[in-house]
Amino acid sequence: MQSRRSFIKVSAVSAAMAMAGLVSFGVQAADTIKVGVLHSLSGTMAISETVLKDTALMAIDEINAKGGVLGKKPEPVVVDPASDWPLFAEKARQLISQDKVAVTFGCWTSVSRKSVLPVFEELNSLLFYPVQYEGEELSKNVFYTGAAPNQQAIPAVEYLLSKDGGSAKRFVLLGTDYVYPRTTNKILRAFLKSKGVSDADILEEYTPFGHSDYQSIIAKIKKFASEGKKTSVVSTINGDSNVPFYKELGNQGLKATDVPVVAFSVGEEELRGVDTKPLVGHLAAWNYFMSIKNPTNTAFVKQWSAYAKAKNIPGHKDKPLTNDPMEATYIGIHMWAQAVEKAKSTDTDKVIAAMAGQTFKAPGGFVSTMDAKNHHLHKPVFIGEIRADGQFDVVWKTKGPVKAQPWSPYIPENKGKKDEPEKK
Amino acid sequence: MTPARILARLVLALGLLLAFAGARAALPEPLLLRLASGDNDEKVAALGEIAVSGDPVALHVLPSGEMLAEQPEDAEDVRVNNRVRNAISAAIAAIQLDAADPAVRLEAARRIRSDATPELLPLIDRALAREQPASIESLLASARARVLVESEDASVRLAAVRTLGESDEAELKQLLLPLLEEGNEPEAAVRAEAKAAIGAINARLQRDEYAGLAFTGLSLGSILLLAALGLAITYGLMGVINMAHGELIMIGAYATYVTQNLVRAWAPGMFEFYPLLAIPVAFTVAALVGVLMERLVIRHLYGRPLETLLATWGISLVLIQSVRSLFGAQNVPIENPQWLSGGVQLMSNLILPWNRIAIIVFAALVVIGMTLILTRTRLGLFVRAVTQNRQMAGCVGVATPRVDTVAFGLGSGIAGLAGCALSQVGNVGPGLGQGYIIDSFMVVVLGGVGQLIGTVYAALGLGVVNKLIEAQAGAVLAKIAVLVIIIVFIQKRPQGLFAVKGRFVEQ
Repeated sequence: MQSRRSFIKVSAVSAAMAMAGLVSFGVQAADTIKVGVLHSLSGTMAISETVLKDTALMAIDEINAKGGVLGKKPEPVVVDPASDWPLFAEKARQLISQDKVAVTFGCWTSVSRKSVLPVFEELNSLLFYPVQYEGEELSKNVFYTGAAPNQQAIPAVEYLLSKDGGSAKRFVLLGTDYVYPRTTNKILRAFLKSKGVSDADILEEYTPFGHSDYQSIIAKIKKFASEGKKTSVVSTINGDSNVPFYKELGNQGLKATDVPVVAFSVGEEELRGVDTKPLVGHLAAWNYFMSIKNPTNTAFVKQWSAYAKAKNIPGHKDKPLTNDPMEATYIGIHMWAQAVEKAKSTDTDKVIAAMAGQTFKAPGGFVSTMDAKNHHLHKPVFIGEIRADGQFDVVWKTKGPVKAQPWSPYIPENKGKKDEPEKK
Repeated sequence: MTPARILARLVLALGLLLAFAGARAALPEPLLLRLASGDNDEKVAALGEIAVSGDPVALHVLPSGEMLAEQPEDAEDVRVNNRVRNAISAAIAAIQLDAADPAVRLEAARRIRSDATPELLPLIDRALAREQPASIESLLASARARVLVESEDASVRLAAVRTLGESDEAELKQLLLPLLEEGNEPEAAVRAEAKAAIGAINARLQRDEYAGLAFTGLSLGSILLLAALGLAITYGLMGVINMAHGELIMIGAYATYVTQNLVRAWAPGMFEFYPLLAIPVAFTVAALVGVLMERLVIRHLYGRPLETLLATWGISLVLIQSVRSLFGAQNVPIENPQWLSGGVQLMSNLILPWNRIAIIVFAALVVIGMTLILTRTRLGLFVRAVTQNRQMAGCVGVATPRVDTVAFGLGSGIAGLAGCALSQVGNVGPGLGQGYIIDSFMVVVLGGVGQLIGTVYAALGLGVVNKLIEAQAGAVLAKIAVLVIIIVFIQKRPQGLFAVKGRFVEQ
């Protein structure tokens, strides 16, 4: 199969190159700023990432409608890395060297971010990464607008340990087999140990990307749950595997009141095609939910609905949904525009300096602040229960925004690491 | 607390009071107000009191979880989470122990068994005193034992442990585990009894586990079988290395998607039955694509396997890209109808999902149908004749080119059927077929090329072996192990499980 796959790769790359060539011939005007959008529009991650591309385009449209940045119009360059990690790096290089983008918004999985990171560092370009991740990384060229573990994973598990979360004593750490779930679970294991949960009470399970048969996993969870006190599942399953996972969960009658599942990569969008009635009460931890009630969010949802209808976005034109990574993308683009205005330049280093301390009134209901040093946002944390209609009820939240800790204190090797990028 | 929140809460409290005015007389108002309070501890405590009271009037006040989940537009606070939901259903169950309908009582007893508290003991005793069907009685007995296992009196504890040992519910085992230690249980007799009880429960759980394992293996096997059956005709019988087989499956799945949408738009009342309608549609569409493929490309390449491989692979790319252009690169949502959702509880710890049962039955039907076509019809006779000896068949007057087309169309149509079935368990996207092409070839080659029965054995065998390894070593390792096993097997026995004897082999 190797030859077949590499053939696909080669043909995809050449097709993309041809397209990119057309784009750069088409527009050469000096009064635009090129902005890269690097999200998988096909493959296993398309279920999550496609909508981020549309969110980015919407935010760019909005900025343009208000007169652009520095009097110039940001102009999106969209590429499709097709859930293929090495292709992410090729596409990133193409965006930066060929299309000369000033900034790139993109990636979902950590493995794709790790793949493009050397490219952005080598060519000294900017990446805005909009998804919660495992931390353990701090690059001067990246702004992380999603949550670090202490802004999502740790509070979620704390909630499970609490009385309202069901006072869980045993944990199944279930994930897709790649860097984000593995690292997050390493942190969670250390955290749980510090809370007195022994190794025997933790079960770690991984499945490949695109896995679709969750029968044995659910059977295993049931068995594990029957062997001791209250059990909870922490799911870091990513991509379209979530649909068969939740279908199986519902069909096998594993109820949230018995074994609650808290997920870190499942939001409104991932649950779109799933019958959520049997899933009521299962949890997700995010920094934003569509159901949050405040004027900024109402406006955001309305804006998205109108945009989805106008652009005829499949699915969203009939049933518009917003979710956390969309919000993070939206915040990221606006903050970048503000920083460019402040720096009066799109030069990478000047923009990085201007990003420190930027604020933006986020749909999540708080003013999000970019930390002065560590390239992460201060974000509030929400824990929601799945409702029968596929939305989430917020059952717990932090009092205000929480500062990110990219270097988790629960990993011993992190001791003494500086809370800011090394290279300057 | 913001004024808005206070207001929202008052509205809710008043709503509860007004909506259930009948209940107001019986339940003390402070209790109702506590139910509407923002504090979950308070709510759970109030629900506990209601449960102990066993007052049926409270049933009107305790709405189902769904009703509470409907939030007023501007409400900000949550009123129900898993903990409260649990307490509500426990309270409802406690009250319904007295219900007239035995089915309701059975459900309530099942619920009480996992939520029994010492305070509920009088209610349980009262229900036990009544005449009950055996199933309810045993549930109530374990509920009672659940409480009494913590009793002061050693003989009561002993009896309770004995009762728990007879139960088949896995979670009750947790109650017995602490009794094994001397620190928790001073009485040696009780400890021994607890050990025996745990042993008995474990044996039953083990049995459930094996049954579950067999079912999951069978389910995976039936999926592999469906995916491979079409290929067993096109590759197995006809010898066409059809790399586009996976894409024919994908087309069947998309045909199901389109049928679902059409039924929803034109006959919403029939939505429950759209999969039945989708079966012939998926077959026809995939068969048509197959016939086109055969007529336009494959027939010019008979006897040239390498070129066939390349050409069909090219077709597969064309098909993937066309579907991507038509329907978009994202997965399309396919909904299970109600009768394919949920499952049947076979044993306490084993639920068999309906969609998987349906697929097993469907796979069996397809195999039977295909066998009948191949062995009992004129077409089947011709297909077998042509595959065994093309020249001779032509000599006695069989129109071999036509038979080729029809046979290829049949194989493609069956791939379409597989797509229709797979859409009920997995994701439907343009890349769907690529995940199944390797598995399909694996099954056909392992089973022995040219042998239908070999395909059946190979698919079921692979399914069970895969699930057995998965249960021990996890999904990632299982995949690797299965591939290694197949490589070793094919090395030792290149002709597969069932070899075709006779002239065909030398061809």
